[in-house]
Amino acid sequence: MSAACRPSAVRQNGIVGTYRDDGIVLRTQKLGEADRIITILSRRNGRIRAVAKGVRRTKSRFGARLEPFSHVDLMLYTGRSLDVITQAETVRGYGEPLVGDYPRYTAGTAMLETAERFTTIEKEPALRQFLLLVGGLRTLVDGGHEPRLVLDAFLLRSLAVAGYAPALEECAICGVRAPSDDDDDDDDPGPGPVGGGRGHWRRGSGLRTFGVAAGGLTCKSCHAPGAATAATGTIDLMVSLLRGDWEAADASERRHQVECSGLVAAYLQWHLEHSIRSLRHVEHA
Amino acid sequence: MYEGVVQDLIDELGQLPGVGPKGAQRIAFHLLTADPDDVRRLAATLIQVTEKVKFCRICGNVAENEECKVCRDTRRDPSVICVVEEPKDVAAIEKIREYRGRYHVLGGAISPIDGVGPDDLRIRELMTRLADGAVTEVILATDPNLEGEATATYLARLIKPLGVRVTRPASGLPVGGELEYADEVTLGRAFEGRRTLNV
Ligand SMILES: [Zn+2]
Ligand SMILES: [Zn+2]
Repeated sequence: MSAACRPSAVRQNGIVGTYRDDGIVLRTQKLGEADRIITILSRRNGRIRAVAKGVRRTKSRFGARLEPFSHVDLMLYTGRSLDVITQAETVRGYGEPLVGDYPRYTAGTAMLETAERFTTIEKEPALRQFLLLVGGLRTLVDGGHEPRLVLDAFLLRSLAVAGYAPALEECAICGVRAPSDDDDDDDDPGPGPVGGGRGHWRRGSGLRTFGVAAGGLTCKSCHAPGAATAATGTIDLMVSLLRGDWEAADASERRHQVECSGLVAAYLQWHLEHSIRSLRHVEHA
Repeated sequence: MYEGVVQDLIDELGQLPGVGPKGAQRIAFHLLTADPDDVRRLAATLIQVTEKVKFCRICGNVAENEECKVCRDTRRDPSVICVVEEPKDVAAIEKIREYRGRYHVLGGAISPIDGVGPDDLRIRELMTRLADGAVTEVILATDPNLEGEATATYLARLIKPLGVRVTRPASGLPVGGELEYADEVTLGRAFEGRRTLNV
């Protein structure tokens, strides 16, 4: 960790084509003999791909600063095809505390891959996604919560930032509100909307129907092809994760956590039209 | 764009690691103007390599026979296994002439973002080698970068319950680089000063 914790809000225009930004290293790829292409989700410029020269040598001046999970303050110049990193200062290295804890490391990797997938266009500002990633990594490293819960919270909120928040408190199709947990026990259809027979919920079963393609919960009256059933406890957990209600999320049952991870992964894949490869390797601690 | 076979050559060379389009062009024109005998020798070596060189059935290192030179050498200590990512790492460690144990080549590092998980590496083969209790120390010499560290963490957690001492080369290897770029003195010191991993 270095002293460069100051917010780098000033864009330096002193040298033509040179700019400064801070961001999280998402991925590195080998280039030529000893260089790497570094993919960064930056605060102001969205996703950047830039070359770090000589970084693979053990005596590189960049050292470990440009490894995935590093929050770095960078100086870059705009190249013809790729930008080039000229300076890198560590703001906070999230990688070191993560590599020693395999479940946390794999959860973090899935977060990086997701952040890359959600920022499809290079250099299109994505401040909310950036802040979400920083917050997610911080929560993961602080170690207070199950890594898989931290990951699922990050995935749900990334979906929400992209405009795909799942409907969890009302029917995704007709919009009628789901009954609260307390009045879920009786079999009374309750004060649903009159006429048309819409807006009924499965009651008393402790189950809800979640349609990945429909965009979330679906009521009994709305037909959602391919919808899966989920426990109300699972849906409650998703609501808690989306809201950041950690007290409720931490207290959730394990079977609901597992079901939640499955639904979130399916929902994410549907919207990204792409699977997140790292998700397959994430372990439940 | 060049005509037929010249362009084919440039395209083939461009597939090689570390060779960009410009480098491929430079090598192609070097070969075109070089002594035909030299080029024929190179071509013959390339064919020999694909036909002769295999991977050692025990450790995964490159070998000209079923087993590599190290695995066949009875003077090498069978109680210590040094785990590395690639055959080139075996070559780097052999250069320091200090390590007298055996090797195990994983074939890469765990990298979930690239779709590489534990099942894609030669980890099951390593566990089989440890099963009979003859090995007392495993040195995890994966690259000193993030993926190498994560792979070491994963392996340590797997191996520890077997009662085998798990160590990692430490001092002098700065995080972020790759083993093959470490100089011999640094690498030698790192092996001497290896620390036991506690998981
Ligand atoms: Zn409905
Ligand atoms: Zn061998």
